[in-house]
Amino acid sequence: MIVVENLTKRFDGKTVLNNVSLEIYEGETLAIIGRSGSGKSVLMKHIIGLMKPDEGHVWIDDVDINHVSYKTLRTVRQKFGVLFQGGALFDSMNAFDNVAFPLRMFTRMKENEIYERVMECLSVVSLPEAGKKRISELSGGMQKRVACARAIALKPKYVFYDEPNSGLDPLTSGTINDLIATLSKKERVTGIVVTHDMHSVLKIADRAAFIHKGNLHWLGTVEDLHRSTDAVLLEFVKASEYKIGY
Amino acid sequence: MFTFLNNTVQHAVIDIGRYCLLMWQAIKAVTEIRTYYQNLFTQMVKIGIDSLPIVLLTAAFTGAVTTVQSAYQLVSPFIPRSVIGGVVSPSIILELGAVLPALVLAGRIGARIAAELGTMRVTEQVDALEAMGLNSVGFLVVPRVLAGVSMFPLLYIAAVIIGIGGAMVAGETSADLPAQEFLKGARQFFNAFDPVFGIIKACVFGFLITSISCSKGYYTSGGAEGVGNSTTQAAVTSCIFVLLFDYLLAELLL
Repeated sequence: MIVVENLTKRFDGKTVLNNVSLEIYEGETLAIIGRSGSGKSVLMKHIIGLMKPDEGHVWIDDVDINHVSYKTLRTVRQKFGVLFQGGALFDSMNAFDNVAFPLRMFTRMKENEIYERVMECLSVVSLPEAGKKRISELSGGMQKRVACARAIALKPKYVFYDEPNSGLDPLTSGTINDLIATLSKKERVTGIVVTHDMHSVLKIADRAAFIHKGNLHWLGTVEDLHRSTDAVLLEFVKASEYKIGY
Repeated sequence: MFTFLNNTVQHAVIDIGRYCLLMWQAIKAVTEIRTYYQNLFTQMVKIGIDSLPIVLLTAAFTGAVTTVQSAYQLVSPFIPRSVIGGVVSPSIILELGAVLPALVLAGRIGARIAAELGTMRVTEQVDALEAMGLNSVGFLVVPRVLAGVSMFPLLYIAAVIIGIGGAMVAGETSADLPAQEFLKGARQFFNAFDPVFGIIKACVFGFLITSISCSKGYYTSGGAEGVGNSTTQAAVTSCIFVLLFDYLLAELLL
């Protein structure tokens, strides 16, 4: 379970996150939504421990990740799979080696076992034939799918998705959404999805957290979202050209 | 003017602080051999083997030019021709074999390392390493610095051999100095500590160039422009520190 407690972060005196508190339960998919620059990605980076808060705490399975040694933090991070906004694939390697990388670094699997797992992950994202391709030879969407395969290679407990659908065509976007839903429902993987794509939120999320001007403005289930009368939230949803309500 | 000076000093202090922090993290990560051993061999090839052609070319021409210029300056019936070998050879061993290749490599290796790490930083590849639970300093910085410290002395030895070879060839062809005469003078003026001093310098230069460039690249921010700035700063700062430490080591050890 992930607990974010009174998290505050300022950059050059400007408050980017203001006293944000939320809990992410095991097996659920939480969508963190909000306008560009609202602090969604900053919140995600705090949860992963890539940024240190000015105030507040982040607890991962009862470990306060801001008050542990770097070694312990790295051990905690091995529970994570992260899909970065731009993919963040290692461009010195081909697609296969990118997916194999965490397996080679953190497991004692043999090469044939690594091969099987990598092909399994690439098949999940519908790219079993892309293994030998260099990253520069892949389209933006394909890169994102390979990054997704890398994120799930170690069968992590928590998977973070930073804008998983941005820059993808509707079909590929649907594939990624199906993958997130499958991981959540079948594998009981806890998913944290940072997005402003309401289609995805309503399809994959159990709950949504709406960040507005650095504050956690609204938090509730997708069912609550349909019934919400919050003006700021409705404005955001309306701007994303999506109709909520039954 | 005051604001400019204030900003410059502030940036310099931040840079030094970051550099020291990175090196401290790198020292702590040296024991995590599993994290970087594969990358170490790749970097040794990139820094050592791939730099060989430019280092040898620089050394050969430096040796040749030094011989021709020494012969031009030492034209006197009272000075034996072998003295040219006695002047050129220690110059190559003490100074030219270490410093000139280091300056060339500050551009070649320094810029490459800063661009590589800078691009990884701005495309979130460094964050991806960290998010996986890997020590990014151990994975990226340690192998590059170790490769620099271990390969620069070998490049120095190759540069000295080829530099003296180039000097002898130039002596034969354009300075009317037979190779035997050149070697006679070189032996007369040879000091056993000179190559040791050269190897020490090469190690220090290898450390400076790779560590400074790693620091510039690792702390890159600001997209493509940031990568460009880091690359330029890595090459320029490395050159300045090579020259500074060249003087300091001469003062300390000679």
